[in-house]
Amino acid sequence: MSDDQPQALRAEALEALLIEQGLLSAEAVDEVIATYNERVGPMNGARVVARAWVDPAFKARLLADGTAAIAEFAFEGGQTEKLVVVENTDTLHNVVVCTLCSCYPWAVLGLPPKWYKDPAYRSRVVREPRRVLAEFGVHLAEQTRVRVWDSSAEVRYMVLPQRPADSEGLDEAALAARVSRDAMIGVAVL
Amino acid sequence: MPAVPPQKDPAPPMANGEVIFEAPWQSRVFGMARALADAGVCDWDEFRALLIEEIGRWDDQGEGTFAYYDHLLMALERLVENKGLVPPGELHQRSDELARRPHGHDH
Repeated sequence: MSDDQPQALRAEALEALLIEQGLLSAEAVDEVIATYNERVGPMNGARVVARAWVDPAFKARLLADGTAAIAEFAFEGGQTEKLVVVENTDTLHNVVVCTLCSCYPWAVLGLPPKWYKDPAYRSRVVREPRRVLAEFGVHLAEQTRVRVWDSSAEVRYMVLPQRPADSEGLDEAALAARVSRDAMIGVAVL
Repeated sequence: MPAVPPQKDPAPPMANGEVIFEAPWQSRVFGMARALADAGVCDWDEFRALLIEEIGRWDDQGEGTFAYYDHLLMALERLVENKGLVPPGELHQRSDELARRPHGHDH
């Protein structure tokens, strides 16, 4: 390892050597970055949620097999080979974590926010989910059950939030604009 | 199913949260790992196993500030060395060389 030099230099050295070995091109790296900066993000998951709110048949398919249901959107980004969508109801609130690292359904949510990867979130949301949710501003009724889902290499989870009460009459695009990333992780309600 | 019309103004990821990369090197490291996996040079799960080890070591010790991309970089360096993708010792040597560049060429 070369951890005596700053990270930027180590990353530069790594990229230069991999390119010299013919294993990588700078353009391929540029393309990955552009994809995740511009085309892959929570706006994709928001479209899925909005569709589920207006189309009961789609919602049933989404809850039965998330991976198959989102195929029709043809999102880029991956990490949704086994996507499980869990539905919030009046009596059940779902929240997602990856306790070991940063597993996250990129195609629908983009890359995870910093706090999702933080050791405090990864450990605490399992032990004391209600308290962590309260810190995010989510205060659940006492009778609402909380389920914590641990994303892994095998399964990635996304929350289907409850549709806001004041969203009657909005079309799918307007509904999608109401969906936040945090609501799809389960640390916000709409 | 009817096709969903493309959104006129899709929000970039950062508009729905915070920026995903805080420094260019972080995006390069993620981009390299993903590009290597896409090209079939390595397997993403292989990379993730090293990342879990790196993060796990920090979690066990729990010292200092948690810096996710430091762990990502360390995992990628270990992957490259474990698989012999670059000659032994080259990573260290090259970053030392880059550090010795004259001022003004160090970016």
